[in-house]
Amino acid sequence: MAGSQFLTGKFRYIFWGGWLLFGACQTALLYWFGFNWQIAIQDSFSSNILLAIACWLISNNLYYYRPKHSSRYLYIALSCIILAVLWLALIHYLLPMLPDIGPDYVLFLFKSLPIRLFTGFLLISWLAMISLLWYSQQDQIENDKRQADIEKLAREAELFKLRQQLQPHFLFNSLNSINALIGSQPKDARKMIQQLSDFLRSTLKKEDHQWVTLAEEIQHLALYLDIEKMRFGHRLETNITFDEETATKKLPPMLLQPLVENAIKFGLYDTTDDVTISITASTVDNMLSVSVQNPFDPQTTPPRKGTGFGLNGVRRRLDLLFGRQDLLLTQSPSDHIFNTTIKIPQA
Amino acid sequence: MKALLIDDEPLARALVKEYLEESYPQIQILQECGDGFEGVKAIAQHQPDLIFLDIQMPKINGFEMLELVDNRPAVIFTTAFDEYAIRAFEAHAVDYLLKPFSQERFNKAVDKWLAQKDLTDTKKHTEALLASTATNPERQDRIVVKIGNKIKIIPEQDILYVEADGDYVMIYTPEGRYLKNKTMQYFETTLDAKKFLRVHRSSIIQLAQIVRLEPYEKDSHIAILKSGAQIPVSRSGYAKLRQVLGI
Repeated sequence: MAGSQFLTGKFRYIFWGGWLLFGACQTALLYWFGFNWQIAIQDSFSSNILLAIACWLISNNLYYYRPKHSSRYLYIALSCIILAVLWLALIHYLLPMLPDIGPDYVLFLFKSLPIRLFTGFLLISWLAMISLLWYSQQDQIENDKRQADIEKLAREAELFKLRQQLQPHFLFNSLNSINALIGSQPKDARKMIQQLSDFLRSTLKKEDHQWVTLAEEIQHLALYLDIEKMRFGHRLETNITFDEETATKKLPPMLLQPLVENAIKFGLYDTTDDVTISITASTVDNMLSVSVQNPFDPQTTPPRKGTGFGLNGVRRRLDLLFGRQDLLLTQSPSDHIFNTTIKIPQA
Repeated sequence: MKALLIDDEPLARALVKEYLEESYPQIQILQECGDGFEGVKAIAQHQPDLIFLDIQMPKINGFEMLELVDNRPAVIFTTAFDEYAIRAFEAHAVDYLLKPFSQERFNKAVDKWLAQKDLTDTKKHTEALLASTATNPERQDRIVVKIGNKIKIIPEQDILYVEADGDYVMIYTPEGRYLKNKTMQYFETTLDAKKFLRVHRSSIIQLAQIVRLEPYEKDSHIAILKSGAQIPVSRSGYAKLRQVLGI
């Protein structure tokens, strides 16, 4: 349904103003034909008010009913003809009843019926057409708006889902490790609970629209890595490097985490040796560039499989945020090293 | 009674160990393993009665590891992944412990095993059940095989064809052939149905490997593969091939 009815909306004044003008023209025409002003005004205004009502009727009807199929347009044409005929019958019956008319005028009225029918039909169908156009345009605008809303909602849901990438397995495995530590190393258990709480709190606190500095994001990731170190302490080594200028650069929150999770998954969970996971950040051409490097086991993980769902999510998110698909780069510089680089344009 | 702990996380193993020592001093832990490869070796070496097995592990996962074990012990899965529970029970595991689990829950699992053990010879029981479920495996994109005491992971695309060989199945790859203790039906369901087709009672071929089909005797054909191998195709296999290849 359109937002407002065509003839009760803002076009009301144009409609009645136009009609006044049309009536005035008809009056002038009748006067030109040799009738006096009184007859001209009487004829033109009574017939035009009736015609305007007919137009208003069809336009209003179209507000409630619009044909879905093009074949139905025939009904509208038919309605226009019927309305025009009814209108003609009405003026043929009513106009001779007006005061101070002579036999000349009655004859003229009779002779002019075909031309009156023709103009009446033209006006009614013209207005029906304008109404149809107006209403379908309104519908279009409304549909577009709805579509935009849907897209916005979907995007929000998607971002939310992407954030849920914070794998519950990580949480449960960490709780299990804490459970193990409680018996033998209660101090470490306490420390790990603290790290896990800090990590969860900073995860929950993040808001999608609020960009954070690299230093803040790294601090958050360090908590995550520390927890993993606690679980696989003897095996995991981390190496984080960035300069002071880069530390203040900003990025959307939770963008790096899937990269690091991916590195942990392939570098730590799927290997048995000692591993080093490196995070290197730098500023290149007003872009923040962050690389995450991890080893992987080529025997169990073919390099092409190195792009898990986590990375597809990041690529999708970068596309949503910047409308670019070249901001995430993955490469395998040697047969057991995997490197992911992400670039974030700075405002 | 002998047990093995197979989990890639030292702390997780420590916890099971602690729980066991606390409640079941009669169960002796022979070895702790950090991945499935070690697990296969340790099981062959120690022949344990019970194993505590994690699912997500480096190299091969818990299910794949079980496939490679000849004399299967009773299994209690310990994992943070609840999505494998159904599969674990299909594999007739004694129990499935979701991390983190309590001493009480752990004891329940071990008690269950002890009760089963008294009733029947669980080892044989579990093995029989595993064999029966092996006909309904989950789709995988790789196959693990054991060669002597080495373990080989074969990516699905490297499998040219497989052929029944007595009670075993021979897997042919460009690098060589490998024997696996599984049924043809296992391979038929495990391998990607879009890429592999069972063309004969005793053979499954990778469709992309076919170079041409030739008539052979009456009613049957042979498929010639890129490697030059000639695989017999039965009449029904030929019909399926024609349908899949659109000829």
